[in-house]
Amino acid sequence: MKRYDVVMIGGGHNGLVAACYLQRAGLDVVVLEKNDWVGGAATSRELTPGFTYSNCSYVCSLFRPEIMRDLELPKHGLQVIAYEGGAVFTRDGDYLASYRDHDSHRREFARWSKRDAEAYDRYARDVTKQCRFIQPLLMRTAPDPFSFRLRDISELIHLAKKFGGFTPWEMAETLRFWTMSISDFLDEYFETDVVKAYLALSGIIGTALGPMSPGTAYVLLHHYMGEVDGSVGAWGYARGGMGAISKALAASFQSWGGTIRTGVDVEKVLTKNGEATGVVLSGGEEIPGKLVVSNADVKRTFLKLVDEQDLPETFVRRVKHFKMRGSSGKLNIALDSLPEFPALPAGSSSIRGDMHFTDSIERMERAYDDWKAGRWSADPFVDMMIPTQLDPTMAPPGKHFMSCFVQYCPPKVEGRDWTDADRDAFAETVVSQIAGYSPGFREKIVHMEVRTPREIEAEVGLTEGNIFQGELTFDQLLFNRPVPGYAQYRSPVKGLYLCGSSTHPGGGVMGAPGRNAAAEILRDLRLGTQHMSPAHDVV
Amino acid sequence: MTSFDAIVIGGGHNGLTAATLLAKSGRKVLLLEAVDAVGGALRGYEFHPGFRAGGLVHMLNRLNPEVAKLIGFGGALAGAAMLPTVALSAIGAPAVLRGAYGERIDGVTAAEAACFSELREKLLFQAGILKRFLKRRPPRIGGITAGDMATFASAGMGLIRNGREEARDFLRMLLMNVADVADEYLTDDRLKGLVAFDATLGIHLGPRSPTSLLGLYYRLTGEAGGAAGAQFMPGGGMGVLAAAFEKTAVSAGVTIRTGTTVTRILADRGMTTGVVLADGEEISAPIVVSAIHPQTTFLNLVDAAELGTGFLRAVKNIRSKGNVARLDLALDRPPEFKGLSSADHRGRLVIGRSIDHVENAFNPAKYGEFSEDPVMEITIPSLADPSLAPNGAATLSALVQFAPYQIREGWKAGKPRFQRNVLDVLERHAPGIGKSILGVSLMTPQDIETRYHMPGGHWHHGELQADQLFISRPVNDAAGYSTPLTGLYLASAGSHPGGGISGLPGLLAARHILSGDRR
Repeated sequence: MKRYDVVMIGGGHNGLVAACYLQRAGLDVVVLEKNDWVGGAATSRELTPGFTYSNCSYVCSLFRPEIMRDLELPKHGLQVIAYEGGAVFTRDGDYLASYRDHDSHRREFARWSKRDAEAYDRYARDVTKQCRFIQPLLMRTAPDPFSFRLRDISELIHLAKKFGGFTPWEMAETLRFWTMSISDFLDEYFETDVVKAYLALSGIIGTALGPMSPGTAYVLLHHYMGEVDGSVGAWGYARGGMGAISKALAASFQSWGGTIRTGVDVEKVLTKNGEATGVVLSGGEEIPGKLVVSNADVKRTFLKLVDEQDLPETFVRRVKHFKMRGSSGKLNIALDSLPEFPALPAGSSSIRGDMHFTDSIERMERAYDDWKAGRWSADPFVDMMIPTQLDPTMAPPGKHFMSCFVQYCPPKVEGRDWTDADRDAFAETVVSQIAGYSPGFREKIVHMEVRTPREIEAEVGLTEGNIFQGELTFDQLLFNRPVPGYAQYRSPVKGLYLCGSSTHPGGGVMGAPGRNAAAEILRDLRLGTQHMSPAHDVV
Repeated sequence: MTSFDAIVIGGGHNGLTAATLLAKSGRKVLLLEAVDAVGGALRGYEFHPGFRAGGLVHMLNRLNPEVAKLIGFGGALAGAAMLPTVALSAIGAPAVLRGAYGERIDGVTAAEAACFSELREKLLFQAGILKRFLKRRPPRIGGITAGDMATFASAGMGLIRNGREEARDFLRMLLMNVADVADEYLTDDRLKGLVAFDATLGIHLGPRSPTSLLGLYYRLTGEAGGAAGAQFMPGGGMGVLAAAFEKTAVSAGVTIRTGTTVTRILADRGMTTGVVLADGEEISAPIVVSAIHPQTTFLNLVDAAELGTGFLRAVKNIRSKGNVARLDLALDRPPEFKGLSSADHRGRLVIGRSIDHVENAFNPAKYGEFSEDPVMEITIPSLADPSLAPNGAATLSALVQFAPYQIREGWKAGKPRFQRNVLDVLERHAPGIGKSILGVSLMTPQDIETRYHMPGGHWHHGELQADQLFISRPVNDAAGYSTPLTGLYLASAGSHPGGGISGLPGLLAARHILSGDRR
């Protein structure tokens, strides 16, 4: 029985990132994945002949460029195509188009409101300023304010110094920014419903909150922190779908000698005297390891894979109360031909980007009210894209793959499990919304995969279908994520680490949790981290 | 032209407190009040022939001990009996919190009482940490004083005193929503509904909104008679307070002029020089203390050129739309709430069946609508002050939460239906009350705005939410009672720490003025 240096439970993108960094540092790593494919929620699946779906995550922008370069992902086949375009359709047949160029964008705003166009400059400047403080935090382990260890104290001082570089006004504005709702924040700049709705979009994706919930404004940063090939603010499609990221990670990992085993389900983490010694698979096979790292979410890891006796009682209580309610659904649709959107002028670039039909914050918030009541939104918010316009590899010529990410879907429907009938009714709500803006849409549908939190949990192992492995509220962020006192990737069990989105900084397909976890592990092993680039500054 | 050492605009309890302290230090102080009597929200009114309300405030639960002593209530508070809080139920027995916010609870299982006790202890501990900051002027970044450092240090020490787990839990819970906290500790819906209601009363948030726990912390930073979280009624009812504040001010030497509206704050080269009244009279003073809403102060009374566009934009952005309506009922006999003992009718009665009930009442308010099933807090003021109603009759006062400042159809059209909703709810909990009603007065936030000169009808003079607190209250450049205009100070609920009958804004503003610190 071979004893590995590191046994990685789960081959999601964070697990693969961590595995790569550790393998590159000279450790012998094995990745154990229950599905027949790696990637977790960053996958491309051919669910109907000829069509490749990015059936979970669907855009690549927040994936850290530093990680892409460190792990040589382009060399291993990853190609990200920046896209331009996108629009919000309004009920009266008009639209607000999205442009990457700031001035084009401003002109489009002016079509709706001169005042909002003017305010846009001020808005962009103010939000970008916040990026400068936040960006570096993503790739740093969150300091523990109460450990009284030198490392944490010096990190706190480092952060205080960064913060201290602000003027008093900037400091107060930063604190306000972090505690405000998207709605209140946008109200301070803009007056037009559709402009605010357009800007608020990214703010609610994946969250179990509405745009009027305090603490959602900071998500607006994502729009300015995304990067494709050095173009800050760009969003892109991974050529071949999101699975291309995982494929490249796997190839990179294996090129340094890493081992991947798919189709194996880890049953338990083995411990001896409170220390992790490896894992045992559902078939009974034991895989020893000096260290064990789990890419599974915090609940799955500590309530299923680890013996409760090995964990402190307060820790278990915190994990049980960790909130990770799913809030999203997805429709992956194979289309016979490109849909038409008559509201857009002929030749408009908008169709190549992300499209939406929710033209006011109020509609978004009402959609959220439905979720709170345990129902899927009667008037859902849809983030719709057709990447095959820029990526011909995912569908036959002339045909298309459409990804629709939908808010909100409750983890349970009014307290009971999702049924197939619920799933189909939910799908119909979305399809009829799109059809309202695209005549002939239904007739173009060749195949459709519908994913509610039920499917997301079953297929990808994301508990309750929460795509971020845990909600992003103050009590579950930074030094609180996933459990206060255990927010630095280490667990109460010596030699057992966590590396998924349940850890700082959480979020979507970023790779930062995996990278940070690897850094902590290497630190514990007193191995160097020179091969790991720090976050570059936002200028 | 008359001149004074200091002019205080606004005769609410904060203005009266500030004026009193300035006068006691030897200054010649003039207090100007627009309506015909001082007292602000403590001012009573006759809402039906023969029936009076003793002001907007139901009970005392956060009167600062120094201010209490100032108006001669120090001893009265210590001796008074704490009033219970009742979580009413329409179907069963109520849960009754006795002592200071539920030191003992009747009507719940022993296990649940123990859970509440655990939660209460934790919240009081955490509120205690925050309280240190409430009683001081917010620190000026770039001008941190030794006192500020000492406060931070003492807060830190206080946190650690109970161990690292407690300290970590504080940072975890600080910006949480009250619903999740309630779910972690409690099972009884009545108690969960009660804390959900108490956390959001007067604030435009639902119990599931992040940061809603702050409202509950705010309540628990209050004290009465030295007991945190306690509430009581002064002897003779709430109506005695306005007179007490006025008497104290007059004895200290403050000149009070009522029925006098200020229309301008005069300035000369960045310094204030006095005020102009509605009739054109000018009164000069090197110090002007505005104890009215910051938006009225800066947007109506001060020349924009003195303040700067950035500052004014920030002032305009202050969210200050009230969402509480006030109901007064004239009854031909005292109401009887189901399952409630006669003595407990003197307490604070809350209708908020569960977290969902409070959240569902909140949802429509986001869209300029109101719930068909509102939540509310009720007192029967005539029990403590029989002079409010004729012999044998009674008054009932209700603060109905989530009545938006503006509703889509307009309050003129919507008020009758809203009133019916509220009365239906009351009938369910106090059967027969409908038949005993002699008169109804319902004030929406717009009505409160008109009667009490509170823009938005918001008794905190600005939302009490994380982004409008502490160093951002009312705006960063005026968070320490000084303003960009030298000599002009703020002393209303719109300043730190916020509203409610505490007297702290007035006290801290006066202290700051007397310190001679010009920043």
